[in-house]
Amino acid sequence: MSVIAPDFKLSGFIKSLITDIVWALLIMSLIGIPAIMMILFFVPMPVIDGELLTPFLAFTYIADPSRTLPLVQAFMETDMFKIMAFPGFGFAALLAAGTIFVERKMLAKLQLRVGPFYCGKFEGILQLMGDGLKLISKEIIIPAKADKPIFWAAPVLFVASAAAFVALIPVAPGWVVADVDMGLLAVFAVIGFFPIVTILSAWSANSKFPFIGGIRALFQMVSFEIPLILSLLGVVMVTGTLNLSEIAASQSSFPWILFLPVGAIVFFITMLAELERIPFDLPEAESEIVAGWLTELSGMMYGLVQLGTYLKLYAFAALFTVLFLGGWNGPMIVPPLPMEIATHGLEMGPITVKIGGLESLFTQLITQEMLNGTLMFVLKTVGVIFFILLPRGVFPRIRVDMLLNLGWHKLIGLAFVNIFIALGLVYAGVLGPGGLQ
Amino acid sequence: MTNELPPGLAIQKVDERIMTLNVGPQHPGSGHMRIIVQIDGDYIVACDPDPGYVHRGEEKMAEYRNYITNIPHLERPVIHDSCNILYPYVLGVEELLGIEVPERAKYVRVICAELNRCIYIMYWLAIYGIFLGHSTMFMWPAGDRELLIDLMEKISGARVTHAHFVPGGVRNDLPPNFEEVCLRQINYFEKRIKEYAAVFYDNPILISRTENTGVLSREDAIRLGTTGSVLRASGVDYDLRIKEPYDVYEELDVHSPVMKEGDSYARSKIPWLDMLESCNIIKQALQKMPKSGSVRVKLKPNPKGKGFDSVYKRVESGRGSLGCHIVSDGKVEPYRLKLSVPSFRNLIALPYLLKGEKLGNMPSVYWSLNYWPVEADR
Repeated sequence: MSVIAPDFKLSGFIKSLITDIVWALLIMSLIGIPAIMMILFFVPMPVIDGELLTPFLAFTYIADPSRTLPLVQAFMETDMFKIMAFPGFGFAALLAAGTIFVERKMLAKLQLRVGPFYCGKFEGILQLMGDGLKLISKEIIIPAKADKPIFWAAPVLFVASAAAFVALIPVAPGWVVADVDMGLLAVFAVIGFFPIVTILSAWSANSKFPFIGGIRALFQMVSFEIPLILSLLGVVMVTGTLNLSEIAASQSSFPWILFLPVGAIVFFITMLAELERIPFDLPEAESEIVAGWLTELSGMMYGLVQLGTYLKLYAFAALFTVLFLGGWNGPMIVPPLPMEIATHGLEMGPITVKIGGLESLFTQLITQEMLNGTLMFVLKTVGVIFFILLPRGVFPRIRVDMLLNLGWHKLIGLAFVNIFIALGLVYAGVLGPGGLQ
Repeated sequence: MTNELPPGLAIQKVDERIMTLNVGPQHPGSGHMRIIVQIDGDYIVACDPDPGYVHRGEEKMAEYRNYITNIPHLERPVIHDSCNILYPYVLGVEELLGIEVPERAKYVRVICAELNRCIYIMYWLAIYGIFLGHSTMFMWPAGDRELLIDLMEKISGARVTHAHFVPGGVRNDLPPNFEEVCLRQINYFEKRIKEYAAVFYDNPILISRTENTGVLSREDAIRLGTTGSVLRASGVDYDLRIKEPYDVYEELDVHSPVMKEGDSYARSKIPWLDMLESCNIIKQALQKMPKSGSVRVKLKPNPKGKGFDSVYKRVESGRGSLGCHIVSDGKVEPYRLKLSVPSFRNLIALPYLLKGEKLGNMPSVYWSLNYWPVEADR
């Protein structure tokens, strides 16, 4: 299709516009409404104003904002909303998509080029969507000698592990999918899954390059898990808890990075290795082993692994934020919510519009603290992600023996130094019980 | 009848620890060739380079075309270094036909050859960067190369395959105002490539990856017959621009860079130093060049050699000494044309260098040999 057709006619354009709108309405009514109904069916129905909220009743609520808001609030209080939308998958996927866009544009600026430019009018903002569509539409080719069930399952397991990781991250006070008391241990358990999934995928492909890539990934992840875990022990010592929400809440005055910089550095480097980012992208080293353990993956299987990788990237950056940068704590920069409108209504000349349910929404769910906490968390996480992306433009890839040397000799030693710093701080009474916090 | 078979046909003992990897021809880190690598764990026990996937019969083709029409196809093996691959052919034909080239044409040739050397090395450097996983080092040289390509486009009209050298001089004179533009571009280019040191050559990870890998000693470098940057990285000061100066190189002040280490790092740094030297040479040539005069000797339509005659000429190309042997039998076509290319000579060192190395060192050692697969196959 050309940019402007030579036989361009306004009437034809309007006609096609109307056709599009008709089609959109048709698709909305055919697919959208059943989808809404299905969601309503799955939500555990709350009791509002003494009557059970059935799907049909809920459907009538849409017409009335004062009755819709309690519905929205009820939906936002469900676990499903938490898992799918806000602190869970949707939020993480949105940030991951933003990460990919920023990575491409930033790297392009670093390398004196433009980056994605055409897709989506403004600076190629829809390039990711285009790539996703391409991956979905591609044929999935499976090697003849592959162990098919495991080969199929591995990408899905990868995304599932990454999503499980995302579920443990507290975004704002009270906003976490799974508030586990042993949160940090659960994180270690989830991180332990990634090498297993990787080697399953690599081995089941029954091909040489994925095999070498899988073995490299195994080496890398297993040898960097130890400094990773050790570097986080310092934080556990000074806070005395494994619960991530409590760790984040304990940093209301100052972040732990001020006291444990060595641990933060060790964690950041191990994080790069766990994420297979440059300079630690040995499992996917292109010029040596094609695409490493991803070589035989095609179509959406590859797309799923990429999605999982970026979810993992977000989750690691968020973990760094929660453990070392104070999570949601920060200066209050969000203005107070318009409680006047919620309690007394909005005066529009002679009439006053009062929306019922707005008050409870503002006081219980979307509070000023929650919005500010989320904003602080996102800002810090984006900052960490930026520093994770930056080495890609600066460093070449390192070699396996150098990697293992770094992991086993240097980082473990530094992690122990960090533990002793934490112990010293606790015993000197600077931190811990009776200390500053 | 003995049971001994020729070495190539002997049945090899299969060791279960050893895995054979076919790196190429469909591999992002091979180029148009295959390297059969046998690895034991992460160590390479044997390596067998297998070139020949882009053999195009340039030498045979040259026997069916006359001396002028050979020019456009002879530059195809290295399109990025097309002036340098034509240089020995043009010098040889001139000697066969007994042509004296005007002074200005010689300078124009030197400028074109040095520009092309830089263009080739920038491309080579870009690929070296991506082979080491350094994507910025791929994009920067690929972008800065445009400066010189624009200059060559101004001179010859074509961006890559110039076909600018002809027996008797060069095809066209320099465009008006070329000296100023060239000097400006070259100054900027020089400033720009000095910035590469900060991001690439002084990068601690790059140094730790390439230092002491694939070490080629001075004796081995000579024994294996390597040329160009590989030879000079091993401490042998051998540059044809100085040792056997052709055209006006003896009037110019050429300092060829030499390093003693002989490892991948030295081999990757020598071409970069070469580029700085080329900028120097171009500046000198622009200064000393006669400001006006003819650049081409008028030839007869179909020049012929004088009876049975042969000539061998060689020049220092971007990869090393590039020779051209032309045999004439007095007809309009050459009787035989032989290109002696540096890429193939440097490739011979690969099995010796890779043996005992780690698999992760394969791309850095392989590409540091300054090897261009298409040129080696001809």
